[in-house]
Amino acid sequence: MVFKHRKDLLGLAELNRAEIESIINTAVPMKDILTRDIKKVPALRGKVVCTVFYENSTRTRTSFELAGKYLSADTVNLAVSTSSVQKGESLKDTIKTIEVMGTDVMVMRHSMSGAPHYVARNTKMRVINAGDGFHAHPTQGLLDMYSIREKKGTLDGLKVVILGDIQHSRVARSNIAGLSKFGCEVRVVGPSTLMPADIENMGAKRFYNIEEALDGADVINVLRLQLERQKKGLFPSVPEYAENFGLNRKRLSLAKKDVLVLHPGPMNRGVEVASDVADSAFSVINEQVTNGVAIRMALLYLMIGGASE
Amino acid sequence: MSILIKGGRIIDPANNIDMIGDILITDGLIDKVAASLTAKEAEVFDAQGLVVCPGFIDMHVHLREPGFEYKETIATGMRAAAVGGFTTVCCMPNTDPVCDNRAVATFVAETARRNKLINVHPIGCITKGQKGQEITEMFALAEAGCVAVSDDGLPVMNAEVMRRALEYSSMIGMPVIAHSEDNRLAEEGQMHEGYYSTLYGLKGIPAVAEEAMVARDILLTEMTAGRLHIAHLSTGGSLHLVREAKSRGIRVSCEITPHHISLTDQALADYDTNFKVNPPLRSQQDVKALIQGLCDGTVDCMATDHAPHELEAKDCEFNLASFGISGLETAIPVTIEYLVKTGLVNISQVVKAWTAGPARVLGLDRGTLTPGKAADITIIDIEATKTVNSELFESKGKNTPYQDMTLQGWPVATLVDGRIVAEKGRIV
Repeated sequence: MVFKHRKDLLGLAELNRAEIESIINTAVPMKDILTRDIKKVPALRGKVVCTVFYENSTRTRTSFELAGKYLSADTVNLAVSTSSVQKGESLKDTIKTIEVMGTDVMVMRHSMSGAPHYVARNTKMRVINAGDGFHAHPTQGLLDMYSIREKKGTLDGLKVVILGDIQHSRVARSNIAGLSKFGCEVRVVGPSTLMPADIENMGAKRFYNIEEALDGADVINVLRLQLERQKKGLFPSVPEYAENFGLNRKRLSLAKKDVLVLHPGPMNRGVEVASDVADSAFSVINEQVTNGVAIRMALLYLMIGGASE
Repeated sequence: MSILIKGGRIIDPANNIDMIGDILITDGLIDKVAASLTAKEAEVFDAQGLVVCPGFIDMHVHLREPGFEYKETIATGMRAAAVGGFTTVCCMPNTDPVCDNRAVATFVAETARRNKLINVHPIGCITKGQKGQEITEMFALAEAGCVAVSDDGLPVMNAEVMRRALEYSSMIGMPVIAHSEDNRLAEEGQMHEGYYSTLYGLKGIPAVAEEAMVARDILLTEMTAGRLHIAHLSTGGSLHLVREAKSRGIRVSCEITPHHISLTDQALADYDTNFKVNPPLRSQQDVKALIQGLCDGTVDCMATDHAPHELEAKDCEFNLASFGISGLETAIPVTIEYLVKTGLVNISQVVKAWTAGPARVLGLDRGTLTPGKAADITIIDIEATKTVNSELFESKGKNTPYQDMTLQGWPVATLVDGRIVAEKGRIV
């Protein structure tokens, strides 16, 4: 059992292959619940899940909230902005408050890498990292892997391209951490100014030419381009980015015939991905969202379901 | 009033001494050093099995007073230094107000003098308000007791200002201590840029942020008559630049810290803010290069960059935490554990880096056991092991990355002007 000896889920790097498989396997029956007429099972009755988001999010927070509700947990959401951290209550005090109200699992999003690790050290609650800075987004990594396995039947040995701003992407890091445990050939491609140092040491192949990277790909995971990076001088313009690194029909044809296109959302249509690619039969972007709920149900179930010790 | 230190291993690098012997101290001065001495009236300190060195000098500490007394005071910092085995410290001027004028420098020097305990020399600012724009009244600062100028914590980004500072300070003979960091290249950085910053998702501070400024300041020193000292040098590239400059006769010196020779960027895996320091902990290769530099003499001295902080400054998200390590009370065991015990550096080179090395950089008349000189002495038990417990620190700053680590080689007595000021971890 995955979480018998593990209090928190902070990243995928620390999980082994069997643990990842067990989470994905648990997500399969959870997805069945989602498609039922009455989407509710009593698995987590009497349990409390609190989502604490120090950074904006629509799908991840809603996904966790629904995952908890479908399993009959009580879910609450604490909306906080990073600015209130700086001038108001310390993170430690906020977390203590949530803990003493009786919360079992805290789902946390934070703009600063390592914030969930700090929280996990300072609370008895179980902590799920819902994205921290550039560091990790383990549930996104898991739902991407689930979505790929669902379509391809396996993860082993696939060629997976991660396209875009690798430097600032926790999605990229969690994908590399997870997929590399399944012998995938993970290729990262994007402008050199958005490529982090020594990324090869994480087990990824580095490309600066999108055509070369896409050659024979089984999966393309397109990252969201944060437009404010342009103001920091990290790329000259959005049109030049789209021209050189946007995924369009022509480039898609370089990949395998049955290639899958993923995107963690929200999309900049016409920038990192052309609309006719995002809406094509190759795209699993909407299914990723559904699978995200299933993965989060699986996690909550594995962490706080069943008899407590 | 005499003290006879008997039977210790005397290591006095400035005089090329490494022998078992005795030291007689009379009226606060070194009287005699010989294989065997007797003195009827003298109080005897049994140093058998211990290493007896000139008093250790830490030319880079932050005592935080005035302005940040909740982090450290001159008094608590001096106690930390004494217990840590230091007889002289030089304190950086980034206080509030900053030490950019005679009044603040006098306040620091006088406060320290009243506390007695150990020697404290203030370092004045290079520029008024540490703003990097106008150079300070360096003659006045020197008169008030400053031994160097530095805008430590902040680089002097304007090369013209740095040029003038090097020229002007040369009239006084004070070195300019550079905090070498291009603050655009380092902007928002949290740790060394490399594989681990990629893995941990933290904004990197590239080695070149330091090296570009080291290179610039070496060139400015070459064209002026100035003397440049690089504070907390942390990369192999910087060391290479200093080595090359020295070979061309340019008047540049540098210091390295105990944390930069003992810890690497990998240590940030748990986002423990006690490892957050600037310059950041670098790569394993950099650590190797710094140790090599110590062996071949490129590195002039070691210094702690003692940077005490209150609990709240470190008990928070990594990005929000203050930079700095409270280093005075672990410096000696860290250097012995990582340099001497490992066999990487011989002990007399390590002692030199803490004594004659900094004395030479600053022109201090200390750092040796030459008869007639002030009897500042540090006595170390290089076999003793102890587990670091910051709760027991004299420093207000409990921010140490070495907490709960067992280290070998602890100071057992600190003598200033012939008086025992600290013994076995306690102020006397």
